[in-house]
Formats: sequence, structure tokens, C-alpha cells
Amino acid sequence: MTARHKRIVFIIIGLCAVGAASAMITQAMKSNLAYLYAPEAVWAGEAPKDRLIRIGGLVKKGSLIRSDTSLDLSFVVTDNRGNEVTVKYDKILPDLFKEEQSAVVKGKLTENNEFIAEEVLAKHDAEYMPPELADVLAKEHAPKTDAASPTKTEVKY
Amino acid sequence: MIPEIGHFALVLALVVAIVQSVFPILGAATNNAQWVAMAKPTARAQLLFLAISFVCLLISFLESDFSVRYVANNSNTFMPTIYKVSAVWGAHEGSLLLWALILGVWAGLVSFFSKGISAVMLARVISVMGMIGVGFLLFMLLTSNPFERLFPIPEQGKTLNPLLQDPGLAIHPPMLYMGYVGFSVAFAFAIAAMLGGKLDAAWARWARPWTNVAWVFLTIGIALGSWWAYYELGWGGWWFWDPVENASLMPWLVGTALIHSLAVSEKRAAFKSWTVLLAIFAFSLSLLGTFLVRSGVLTSVHAFASDPERGLFILIFLILVVGSSLLLFAVRAPQLRSTGTFEVVSREMGLLINNIALIAMTATVLLGTLYPLFIDALGMGKISVGPPYFNTIALPLSVVLFVTMGFGLFLRWKKDKPERVFAKVRWLLLLALLIAFLVPILFMESFTFKAAIGVFMASWVSLAALLWVQEQGKSPFKLPLATWGAALGHIGMAVTVAGISLTSMYSTEKDVRLENGQSYEMSGYQFTFNGVKEVKGPNYIAQRGEVLITRDGKEISTLYPEKRNYGQGTMPMTEAGIDGGFFRDLFIALGEPLGGNAWSVRLYHKPVVSWIWMGAAIMSLGGFLAAFDRRYRLVRRRAAKPVVTDEKADKGAVAPANEAVA
Repeated sequence: MTARHKRIVFIIIGLCAVGAASAMITQAMKSNLAYLYAPEAVWAGEAPKDRLIRIGGLVKKGSLIRSDTSLDLSFVVTDNRGNEVTVKYDKILPDLFKEEQSAVVKGKLTENNEFIAEEVLAKHDAEYMPPELADVLAKEHAPKTDAASPTKTEVKY
Repeated sequence: MIPEIGHFALVLALVVAIVQSVFPILGAATNNAQWVAMAKPTARAQLLFLAISFVCLLISFLESDFSVRYVANNSNTFMPTIYKVSAVWGAHEGSLLLWALILGVWAGLVSFFSKGISAVMLARVISVMGMIGVGFLLFMLLTSNPFERLFPIPEQGKTLNPLLQDPGLAIHPPMLYMGYVGFSVAFAFAIAAMLGGKLDAAWARWARPWTNVAWVFLTIGIALGSWWAYYELGWGGWWFWDPVENASLMPWLVGTALIHSLAVSEKRAAFKSWTVLLAIFAFSLSLLGTFLVRSGVLTSVHAFASDPERGLFILIFLILVVGSSLLLFAVRAPQLRSTGTFEVVSREMGLLINNIALIAMTATVLLGTLYPLFIDALGMGKISVGPPYFNTIALPLSVVLFVTMGFGLFLRWKKDKPERVFAKVRWLLLLALLIAFLVPILFMESFTFKAAIGVFMASWVSLAALLWVQEQGKSPFKLPLATWGAALGHIGMAVTVAGISLTSMYSTEKDVRLENGQSYEMSGYQFTFNGVKEVKGPNYIAQRGEVLITRDGKEISTLYPEKRNYGQGTMPMTEAGIDGGFFRDLFIALGEPLGGNAWSVRLYHKPVVSWIWMGAAIMSLGGFLAAFDRRYRLVRRRAAKPVVTDEKADKGAVAPANEAVA
């Protein structure tokens, strides 16, 4: 093999490796991304059904219901503006899970907008709300103060 | 008074760091022997001032001086002394001071153990490290001064994040930082070598032991972090692909590549520019890690400082460091000719595959970590990348890596015959395959292909390493330390991989509801729940559960998982009960009270999970042995003369500088 041949072989192997790697990465990415939605987006039909997604919001006061015989439980995630999603879960809730505190749930949405959670994440310490959750809640909040957009409160008038 | 002394020492450290980063390097460029000679004293003076500053903060903590805001926020009089000490680096400001101090320690060590290094090279190295120091000291003094006073002075302080009140975590940050910052030495050597325009075997030889030691600390740091997550977070996992974990894994992967690539640069004068690039990347990724953790852009257990101003400062610093070093690289790279050629089958090729696989892994982790940030910045939604993404990519890459690891040790430099190597290892290959099939069948409940792959990789790599040691043909006590280092490095990695694959495939995890006296059977063990009592710790109140574990009627152990409350509105902490063993861990964590006598309880049976950290310990031992190989010391002593003449030949006029120092 001449030096030239060798270089060509190296380049071809390199290109194949890069190609295979990109294909693998794209595939792995596609099936493992979980978008974060607010409860409002669920009722607006923006959140896809039966796919791994995350929903963030506040846990509604008095909504946590436990089974007497197993770990099955359900609670309601709300944005405090009347948009609510019921979440079902059958594992141990994290230490910081509390009613009226923020939480992010990861799992799948059913046809009737019930959420089957695989994982519940609560905020990390007493004063701290995950920035992305604060963002999502704030973003959903924004139109309300914007007089031009027809939000729920305005429709009432 | 003490905090003011600390603050003043910090300012002095900055002044010294500025002098350190300007004069020696200018002296090297302009042949000013006196300026060159300033390298050692400035490095040591900086270390001294940083140490004074650090001790002052430590005293403030030990005396519970709540007039210092940082102390008041992270400590109180009830905390045990060990956590008062670890609280020094328990939050943002103090951990930066630790970072700076460790940088000072490394620069100081370089100034003491630099016998064989020419004065000019040393001047450049120390100056580059000084520049990094300037950046961090400015950052601290401008945005996060640990000595800031608080008025009015509170009666009592808050508390250290309860998650961090744990002996394992007390030493995790210093270890991790020793690793992170340790790569600055290799980085400084690479920059200095580029500035000098000479990237010969010498710079690689100097950089090798330093890189090894930094890598060892990083390995220990990551392992401690993972071990802590396992027993302290109460989730029973040991790696979560959390962005902050990824931030520490990336420099480790590149550092591992760098260790191997330095070997080629030293011995074969090949991979020259590649090695330099790796040295730059290893340190840049360490800085990136610091940025990700400190800027608050990440949602993570570690993201306690969310101050955009701080983030911006580190980002600019990061861009300056990476940008300027890559620019220098771009200017110098065309002159870096790798003279060592090699064939397709050769040790160089094995190491090339090692490097490519490790870098591909790093790129994957980097992409998975930063992608959500980009998507968010572009306003395209909030996403998280799940662990399966990382696992899908890491698995095939590690197969490539591990198969090569076994062959690599036997390959000869430059050119080898595939038949020769195969003849040596074919029995090993067969044996490894046999073990891969037998272990899951004989010792585990079922055969899975993935577990077999893991066992194959582990046994192949460790058997190959053992055969290689035996093949050296000397008594084990007469072998060079570097040989033992390489073998233990490989064996340690194999042990870790065996632990990872068996534990991920065969762990049983169960969340159950248990009433007082009720029991549950899992993996052949009977777990009997005997209720929860309240107990008092030094600065917390705990709900302590009692779980009796039996197997076939015989008592195995009684575990006491706890749920602790540290008061002051902090989160409750889960303290798992673990019955650890060589072949399996039984892990119990308390969930919540469910009313009546019932609690939710998390039960785990984890085969060989401890191997993950045992492997890391073996690897670290290997790294240390290799760093202290006699060769480096001899070379250093012997190299003292020739290196100086090299420099003379290269830039004749610099010679007086060396003599002045000598």
C-alpha cells in the first residue's frame, strides 16, 4: 500500500465512522427527548399523547390521594389559573414533594388527558424552583397581562 | 479582623498572580533572565497568600463568625466540626476559593518539582497558570467574595445544605477540583511548549506524571460523587447522566485519552498536534464543567448559585481561554510535524482507536448535555435528554474500546504482525468468551446478551493485562512502576465495567407499602418491617425504621434506614440502610408515612454494585504508580543538562537565563 492508498483508506474509515455515529446519535436523540409542557398546553392539545413528555406545575392543595393497600396514588398538577392535569403514580414520591409546591412529572399522557408518570421530580431545595419550570409557568402566565390577547379572564367580560 | 486578613490576602494573591502571569513569560520572550527567575518565587507567594486566605475562612467557620455572610448562610453552631470544615467549600464562594487554592497548590508543586525543566519553559508554564489564577481571583473578588460582611450580625447561622452533610461529600469537591485544576498543568505545559515552538518528546515526558496525578484525583472525585449519590440520595442509583455528572465525566474521558496520547508523543514522536489539542480540551472541559455548575444554567442538585452575572463572567473567561489557546494552536500547528510513522497494525493504531472512541464518547456526552441548553436558548421548548440516549451510544463505543484495550498492550510500536498477536491471545479470547457465557448462567437468574458482553469485555481486558504482566518475564517486584500502573489501570477499568453491566442487568428494585410487622420477599431475601421510631442526632431529628432481613429463615442483617430533618425549613434527607457485600448490596430507603403503621419503603437487591467503585480505586492506584515511575525521576535528573543545551541550540540567546537560575 502506498502512502496515498493508506490515506484514502483512513479517510473512508473515518467517514463511515462519522456517518454511523451521526445516525446512531440522531436515532438515540429522537427516542429519548422529553419536552416540558405546562398544564395549559395539555388542554390546548399541544402536548402529544402516548409519548414520553414532561409536565410541570404546582401540586394542587388537597389533591394527593393514596391507596390504602398499595403505593398507587394520584395528584393534580395545576398552573393556578384553572388548568389541571391529574397524575397517576405508583412509586415513592421524592422527599421534596409537597402540595402547593412545584413539581415536574415525566411520563405519558393518555387519550383523556390523564398523566401516567414514570418519574416525579420535585424541586431541589427549600428555596429553589427549577429555572426551566419557572420559565414555562411564567410564559404561560404572560398573555394574561397582555390586554390584546383573548385569554380566559377576558372572555368572561 | 480574621476575615479582613483573608480578604486582604486574596487581593495580594491577585496582585502576585498578575505579576506571575506577566513577567516570567515576557522574560522568556525577551531573554530577560531576571524576569524569568521570577517564576518560582511568584508561584510560591501566590500559594502562600491563597493558603492564608483559605485558613482565614476556615477559622471564620470554626469560630462561627456570623458577621461573614458566607459563614452565616452555610453554618450554625450545632453543626459537627467536620461539617463546619467542609462547609468552607460547601457553596459557591468558598468552592471558588478552594479552586483558586488548588490552582496555587499545583503551580507551587510545579515550582518545587521542576528540576529537569529548563528555566524558560518553567517560566512560561508558571505564567500560564498565573493567568488562569488571575481570572479566578478576579471572578471571586468582583462577583463572589467569600469574606463579605453581613450587618446586622445574626444570632445564629443557617445550615449547610443537608445533602452535603456527609463524610463522603466532605472530600468529594476537593478531590474533584484537584483533578479539574490538575489538568491546568498539562494545559500550561502544552501552551508553553507551543510558545517555545518546540513540541518534542521532552514536553510530553514532563507533562505525563502531572497528567496522571490529575487524572487519579479526578477518578477518585467522580467515584466518590457516584458512591455518595448511591447511598445518600436514597434513589439507589450510582449514575444519573445528570448534567453536572456529565460535566465531570467529560474531562475524565479526554484526560484518559490524553494520558494515552502523551505516551505516543513521548515515545514515538507521533500524534504531536493531537496531544496538544487534547491537553487544551481536557482543561477547557474542566472550565466548562465549572461554568455549567456555577452559572446556574442547569437544573441539577448542584446548581445552587443562580446568578446570571457570575455565569457571564465564567463564560467570557472560558471563551478567552479556549479561544486564545486554539488560536495559538492554529498558528503553531503547521510547524508540528509528527515524524513517527506507523502501520495499520501497531501500538500507535491501538492508541489511536482508544483516542477516537474516548473522544466520540465525550462528544456524545457534550451533545446530550448542551443540546437542551441550545434548544432552550433558541426558544424551541424545554427538553431533557434521557439516560437511554447516553447508554445507547456509550455501549457500542465501549465495546470497540475494550476489545482494543486487550490487544493494545501486546502490540509493538510502529509495525506489528496480526498473526503474532493473535497467536498470543487466542486462548485468552476463548477463555473470556467462556466466562462471558458461564457467569450469567451460573451466578445470575437468567442469561442476557448485554450482561454477557459486559462480562466478556471485563474478563478479556483483565486477563490480557495479567498475561501482559506475566510476559514481561521479571519478578513482579522488579517490574517498573509504569508497567504495574498500566496493568492496574486496565484491570480497574475491567472491574468497574463488570460491576456496571451486572448491576444494571440484574438489579431488582421495588417500591412497596409495608405495615408494621409485614414482610416482603424479593430476590430470595425476606424483608420484615419493624416500624419507625424517632431518634435525635446532633443537629437533626430522624425517623428511623427497622428492617430485618432473613434468607431461608436465617438472619442476614438488620438495617436502619432514616429520614432526617435538619430543621430551618431545609428538605428532609433520606439516609439509606445498606448491607454491603462483595457480591451484592441490599439497600433500603424509607419513603413516606402512608397513615396508620404503614410506610412506603424502597428495596433494592444490587449484585456486585461495589465493584464499580472498587474498580475506580484500582484504577487510581494504577495512575499513582505510573506517575511515580523511577523513569521520570531518572529522566528528570539526567535531562537537566541535555534539555538546557537543547534550548541553547534552539534559541541561543536564552542560555544566560538558564545559567542565571542554575
